[in-house]
Amino acid sequence: MLIKKSNDIPSSEITPKPAFLNRRKFITGAAATGAAIAAGLYLRGMDGNEAEAAGTKLAGIAKSPFSVTEQPTSFKDITNYNNYYEFSTDKYEPNGLAANFRTRPWTVSIEGLVRKPKKIDIDTIMKLAPLEERIYRHRCVEGWSMVIPWVGYPLSNLLKQAEPLGHAKFVAFETIFAPDQMPNQKRDVLQWPYIEGLRMDEAMHPLTILVLGLYDEVLPNVDGAPLRLAVPWKYGFKSIKAIVKIKFVENMPPTTWNIMAADEYGFYSNVNPTVDHPRWSQATERRIGEGIFAHKHPTLMFNGYGDQVASLYSGMDLRKNF
Amino acid sequence: MLPLREKLVRVLKLLGFLLCLGPLTLLVWKGFHDRLGANPVDVITRTTGRWTLIFLLLTLGITPLRKLSQLPWLIRFRRMLGLFAFFYGSLHLMTYVWLDKFFDFPTMLHDIAKRRFITAGLTAWALMLPLALTSTSGWIRRLGGKRWQKLHRLIYFSAAAAVIHFIWLVKADLRQPLTYGAILGILLAYRVIAWAVAKLRSKTSVAVARAGPAISE
Repeated sequence: MLIKKSNDIPSSEITPKPAFLNRRKFITGAAATGAAIAAGLYLRGMDGNEAEAAGTKLAGIAKSPFSVTEQPTSFKDITNYNNYYEFSTDKYEPNGLAANFRTRPWTVSIEGLVRKPKKIDIDTIMKLAPLEERIYRHRCVEGWSMVIPWVGYPLSNLLKQAEPLGHAKFVAFETIFAPDQMPNQKRDVLQWPYIEGLRMDEAMHPLTILVLGLYDEVLPNVDGAPLRLAVPWKYGFKSIKAIVKIKFVENMPPTTWNIMAADEYGFYSNVNPTVDHPRWSQATERRIGEGIFAHKHPTLMFNGYGDQVASLYSGMDLRKNF
Repeated sequence: MLPLREKLVRVLKLLGFLLCLGPLTLLVWKGFHDRLGANPVDVITRTTGRWTLIFLLLTLGITPLRKLSQLPWLIRFRRMLGLFAFFYGSLHLMTYVWLDKFFDFPTMLHDIAKRRFITAGLTAWALMLPLALTSTSGWIRRLGGKRWQKLHRLIYFSAAAAVIHFIWLVKADLRQPLTYGAILGILLAYRVIAWAVAKLRSKTSVAVARAGPAISE
């Protein structure tokens, strides 16, 4: 539905409105932004000459009905505990190793089965649609979870720019390959660059967002700056970081972890407490930040987003299509 | 009066004992000072697991080291190191049973049966258990040196199971577990070579009396 609608409207008409809105927001929020930058610099001691540096406050963020009401995980835990194998296989290390990662200049190429292949600059992407706060549950395949206040907008806003063709059935994503900046890309820990994929309807789903910020700030490098996905009903590794390429394809694209171990990581990788991972039970999850003696939470089907997404998979055997 | 060397060994053993408690002390200190990171249970699990493996390798390192360095008193540290391997291994197991599974035994049984890295880990611990229980001088006497020694060769299998446990739990990047594996390989290879040399010497029956004691272990 979303796709059809977008195809009816020429892209020339879509673009100006959010850009216009954003401009107004920018003017009204300018003072606040300036103060926030100053405060950010003071607090973090960053050399942020560039306004887009991590830590910069983002202005005019709208609330979203898709946000959950659970207590968000602390900024410290979100930015100090995550898997970012390009930097390290240790979850505590990416924060330091990604500190000087360059997020400018940055362009994203949208190609494949589209009417208008595009190379879009990150600063254009930042203004493509109104920013929303989406407080999402984030469930790692390893059995831990967080509640993360992402900032971004539906991925469909970006995808529509290229006007995908009717026979495009899947969307393939690719992370930047920059071994000079990402130390683990010099070794074959995984097959680089990291690639992920979504079915067209998953990619266009309103819950699937392009993430540009966290806790009202520009996305920290450690969490996939300058842009990443958040697909909250799937295990975390589906939400690819530091994206440089988006390609529309007809057949199911290969994905990094599936190449690594096909029996452990399926293409869909929807959060599913009834389908165990060979290494971990997926029935429960440890909520980060709750302390040593806190009991685990029961994992919810589709990470609790079943009402919105279960219909995408009706009639499919989710044991087979794990 | 104890001879000076005996005194020195005792002092060294006490220092060694305190040093072996270092990883646990640090862990507890971090725990009380909110320094265990975002996922404390994960840190506790990994720290106790890593030190179990390190102590297993240290224990296995004593025999080659004392032979090569010709410092026979090093043997006095072997039991302590072995018991510390068991101690950290038990903490590791307790972390799983208590902090990870909260004594949910059906789930644990399912885990043991289904997840091979859990199976390997539990095997490594279970193989240490009889060694810890029979580590006293009384048990050495009761079993007799030969039988006791035979039983205690289970440590080879325990260490191997521990390395396999580590290899199987890693998702990608096997450098760490393979490093431990390589060290274990060297320590076991030493024994195979020592055994082969002993065999060869006894066959050629040259100076059995001289070669015997040096390679009997």
